[in-house]
Amino acid sequence: MSFSRFSDGGLIDRSRRIGFSFDGKRFEGYAGDTLASALLANGVSLMGRSFKYHRPRGLLSGGASEPNALVTIGDGETREPNLRASMVGLREGLVAESQNRWPSLGFDVGAVNSALSPFLGAGFYYKTFMWPAALWEKLYEPAIRKAAGLGRASHAPDPQEYEKRWAHCDVLVIGSGPAGLIAALTAARAGARVVLCDENSGFGGRLLKDRVEIGDADGPGFAASVIAELEANPNVRLLSNTTVFGTYDSGVYGAVERRDGAGSGPAQRVWRIVAKRAVLAAGAEERPLVFGGNDRPGVMTASLMRGLANAQAIRPGDHVAVFATGPSGHESARDLIARGLEVTLVDARAEIPAVELAASDGARLLAGHVVADALGGKAVSGVEAVNRASGERLRIGVDALAMAGGWNPVVHLACHRGDRPVWNADSGMFLPPKERDGLMVAGSAAGVLDLAGCLKSGAEQGARAASELGFKPKPADLPASREACGGSAGFTTLWHVAEARGKAFVDFQNDVTVADLGLAVREGYGHVELAKRYTTTGMATDQGKLSNVNAIGILAENRGLTPDQVGTTTFRPFYTPVSIGALAGEHRGAHYRPVRRSPLHGWAEKHGAVFIEAGAWMRASHFPQGEETGWKQACDRETLAVRASVGISDASTLGKIDLSGKDAARFLDLIYTGKMSTLAIGKARYGLTLREDGLLMDDGTVSRLGENHYLITTTTAAAGEAMAHMEFCAQALWPELDVRLASVTDQWAQITVAGPASREVLKRVVDADISEAAMPFLAVREVRLHSGLAARLFRISFSGELAFELAVPARHGEAVAEAILEAGKPFGIVPYGLEALNVLRIEKGFITHAEIDGRTTPGDLGLGKMVSGKKDDFIGQVMLSREGLQRADREQLVGLVPLNPAQRVLAGGHLLEPGAVPSMASDQGHVTSSCWSPHLNSTIALAMLKRGRERHGEVLIVWDPLRGIETEVRVSSPVFLEAPEEEPIAAVREYAPIAARDGGAPDLLDGLTVSASDRVSLTQLPDAPVCLVAGPMAKDAAVRRAAKAGDGTIRTVQPGQALVVGEAGEGFAALAARLGASADLSLCDLSDARVRFSLSGPEAAGIIATQSAVDTDAKLFKTGASAPTLFGHVPVQLTRLGKDDFEIMAFSTYARDLAESLSRAIRLLG
Amino acid sequence: MASLITCPHCGVRPKEEFTIRGDAGPVRPAPEAKFAAWDAYVHLRDNVRGVMKEHWQHSGGCRRWLVVERDTFNHAVHSVVDAAEFAQASAAKPGRKAAPAKPAKAASKGRGKA
Repeated sequence: MSFSRFSDGGLIDRSRRIGFSFDGKRFEGYAGDTLASALLANGVSLMGRSFKYHRPRGLLSGGASEPNALVTIGDGETREPNLRASMVGLREGLVAESQNRWPSLGFDVGAVNSALSPFLGAGFYYKTFMWPAALWEKLYEPAIRKAAGLGRASHAPDPQEYEKRWAHCDVLVIGSGPAGLIAALTAARAGARVVLCDENSGFGGRLLKDRVEIGDADGPGFAASVIAELEANPNVRLLSNTTVFGTYDSGVYGAVERRDGAGSGPAQRVWRIVAKRAVLAAGAEERPLVFGGNDRPGVMTASLMRGLANAQAIRPGDHVAVFATGPSGHESARDLIARGLEVTLVDARAEIPAVELAASDGARLLAGHVVADALGGKAVSGVEAVNRASGERLRIGVDALAMAGGWNPVVHLACHRGDRPVWNADSGMFLPPKERDGLMVAGSAAGVLDLAGCLKSGAEQGARAASELGFKPKPADLPASREACGGSAGFTTLWHVAEARGKAFVDFQNDVTVADLGLAVREGYGHVELAKRYTTTGMATDQGKLSNVNAIGILAENRGLTPDQVGTTTFRPFYTPVSIGALAGEHRGAHYRPVRRSPLHGWAEKHGAVFIEAGAWMRASHFPQGEETGWKQACDRETLAVRASVGISDASTLGKIDLSGKDAARFLDLIYTGKMSTLAIGKARYGLTLREDGLLMDDGTVSRLGENHYLITTTTAAAGEAMAHMEFCAQALWPELDVRLASVTDQWAQITVAGPASREVLKRVVDADISEAAMPFLAVREVRLHSGLAARLFRISFSGELAFELAVPARHGEAVAEAILEAGKPFGIVPYGLEALNVLRIEKGFITHAEIDGRTTPGDLGLGKMVSGKKDDFIGQVMLSREGLQRADREQLVGLVPLNPAQRVLAGGHLLEPGAVPSMASDQGHVTSSCWSPHLNSTIALAMLKRGRERHGEVLIVWDPLRGIETEVRVSSPVFLEAPEEEPIAAVREYAPIAARDGGAPDLLDGLTVSASDRVSLTQLPDAPVCLVAGPMAKDAAVRRAAKAGDGTIRTVQPGQALVVGEAGEGFAALAARLGASADLSLCDLSDARVRFSLSGPEAAGIIATQSAVDTDAKLFKTGASAPTLFGHVPVQLTRLGKDDFEIMAFSTYARDLAESLSRAIRLLG
Repeated sequence: MASLITCPHCGVRPKEEFTIRGDAGPVRPAPEAKFAAWDAYVHLRDNVRGVMKEHWQHSGGCRRWLVVERDTFNHAVHSVVDAAEFAQASAAKPGRKAAPAKPAKAASKGRGKA
């Protein structure tokens, strides 16, 4: 008789039938079943094949530790392998498949390995596949991997969605058995914020599986009443199906919530739980016994067998044997006898406590016996018991075998920070290490095995956790409890049955036997860490949850040591496997990292731009037209047009930093190589910054806008690094200086108009005298456009042509760019992208970060004159004077032109003298940048060449072994085009001025899900001015006073800096005027640099928790509170405007990306 | 998953909001200082196993530079102060030299990596 279902009883709902399939066959189970219990109810006890010998396997421990019943769930793209059938809740239409068998689970060709097992012992791979080495990768490894293994993942992109959330609590309780429930209840009643996690679908732990009484209630009834009280408490969060998988630094715990089959929302959610205290109440695993054939389907732990009978009404057969070394076996016997089964109880102890005998009354008792072997094939058919005293053997026919070998407390999470569990010889268990970082252990996890003790331990630890945090827990009033064997808990340790004849498995998942461990010891691999690797015991997905303690005991016996002398291997997260998808959360595909969009993104898109990722930005690479097919045709056309007439491009991605404060000039002198303090108001200067070691950090411009007001530009690539560097200088190196730095990159759309006709084009848009006299090279002016818009105009060039950069507030960027295009039509204006920009700068020998590569000095790049000799100090000054950085034979910037102009020269190629053998010694330098110059009709390149400036005219070889190219090149000046190609073009007639349309704030929520019924809604807040008020740190009070005058809410960024929001429709000037800020405070307009969203509704805080670690508990983050934080990877200012109402202020170039993330989280609410 | 750092301005935040720079001990020498002092400032760092003070920026928050006193062995954070206050306090001390980080007292024995 095989496994089946009792006709009554259990916690299943027999009115709800659930259909599922296993290996293509249709079955039915009930609500309340796991996949494993439903299979057993259908008589399926063979659930998998073992890793190495392909032995038939069934359910063994049934919980998180289940080593055998591994299945693949789902099909097609959603295949998820290696799931424990015992942890998969049954749901309609579930598709499950067994693993590691071919052609079928019942007939598996790989089972021949079992016959070959004498040759497949521990260390078999290492010994057998040593020669020839070349065959390892080609033949042995693929063959072994195919034969031995677990399930296969889907190779298709995962269509499921995942989410990550932060949670904050006073007390985290891990496990909801009797100890966990009472711990949570005690802490919650004291007023603590509690999170209770359980990895099963129901709360209660053993209360749902064992027949116990607490007060007037049975186990499930008691659990339900506690859960009901916890559910009603708003300070408690209950997370079922949630495995706490790791203990991390500073009281952070990782957990994964499995929501498969929930219908809507993410399939899985990773929680990062910040807990001031934690109570680990994870219980204990029942220890398997090690005897021959202990892996046959139908052999399982005693607690699993009775749990299945009690909770899912699983009938293991007509006649079962129980192999016991302690009370758990007698408890199982009691429960099965009560269900009318015939039970043979084989107890290794000669003397058995009377309470246990009383419990198992009715069983056929074989005291002082052990089970030497389980008999049968794909299912147990009998056992061979041995009288330990006489050696007499007898065979008994049974349908299933339960084993109760004692308990292993689940101490993993208490050991993840590096501590090891402690062996307790009296109880025969490894107990948790000394407490640390606020993690306490309660109940069976602490080695307390009786129900009354667990309740008491839970109450004590829950109370202690709460009182350590200042709460006043009431002493727990625990009801009396009753359980089998009167709470007798001790067991006898039996590491393995010496009388066994068949294979006796220690590690089921890796097919490690007692003999393998003995072999490891004999061959010198007896150390616990060596034995693990030699035999693979304790590896794979279950990481030895069931096997490690037995393995340690057996190693100890073999080596003549005690288990504590052998010790344990290292415990590390993850407690159970977590899918990569869950850990990645939303950060995959397009959202792998945030995307920044320039304020001109839409404009470029409209004009057909092809975009490429450049750092965080999407940048226009080129603007193909008409018949143009590749990027090169477009690039050549754009380049020629700029030098011949005029082009327009987007420079908005350059880093822009607003610098103010009375020591601003002094500060600039300290961070730039040149003397910036002499710069006149209304002028810009090119500047270099060094690292303190004297090498170049970045280049850019400094414009003086006022007495103590500057605008700094950095390269796009180094913008973040440059800002952090300047902040470091201002805050950590020279805190006595009064300087304020504000990123204004997002505030301005910066439009480059370059080419000999650029002045004529801009004249039509800008309402100001921009003649050579009024606007000479490096002039900076505040101007008005014909539309009346205030803007900044810079006479700066990165193309070597007459050129201007026009900066307008970001929202007006697209309209102004459109107006410039219109104005440029008579001159044949073209939009140009990054590719043309690169050609234009290489033709002129201008540098980028291809040349500023962390190894070059200003002198190397021919910019030695930009290093002031008149300053007493600047970053990098001293180290730049090092002999090594001043040597004459350093590599210097040169140009290269191939002798055959059509030949390619690619960046990265090395320079050699003709005939030289490539070697480090003969290396002359390398190519940094190259392009096709349509003006010279030739490939050109920039390179770093030893003593390069002396070597113009020399012929060298560019050696490019990666691409197999060798090119003869002539060294030249890095400036390929000397003077501008053309004189400035004067218009042949007067063209009418053009007024740009007014730009409006873009709708950033277009096309997104912005609400989930009445639970949460996301809106873009109306346009209102935003001002950064900044002063020295010491003036924080004055800053806050001024900030309060905005809309009444102070959005503090840092001491001495606050963001102020004005009224909707109010202009920046009006806001600035009414702040009444004293003259020594800076007011920086960020109205276009920030976008404000409102997130409101009861789920708003939950959505925020998917993005930020800020604890928005209403007591800690009150209305009016404001904090700068990260949402995902995007910086924001988060402000609470009301109970369920938050303002999220984001950098405008990140705003759409952020809106997409928030929208996704809202959509996942369902 | 995370470590937490308590920003003196923003409160408890995960380390993902911060960017580490390195040892906060070395003090920038005067421009006229001996070359050896500059060499030490730029190039020489102790490889501390134990408690040391480091510069971290709360780059994903207030953007202030901080001095985090941290145990490199077990990641315990002992104190966090604003870098400006730290610099001014160091400057106030005679000699204007921050004490080099003391050799570490390890919290416990080393752990092997499997």
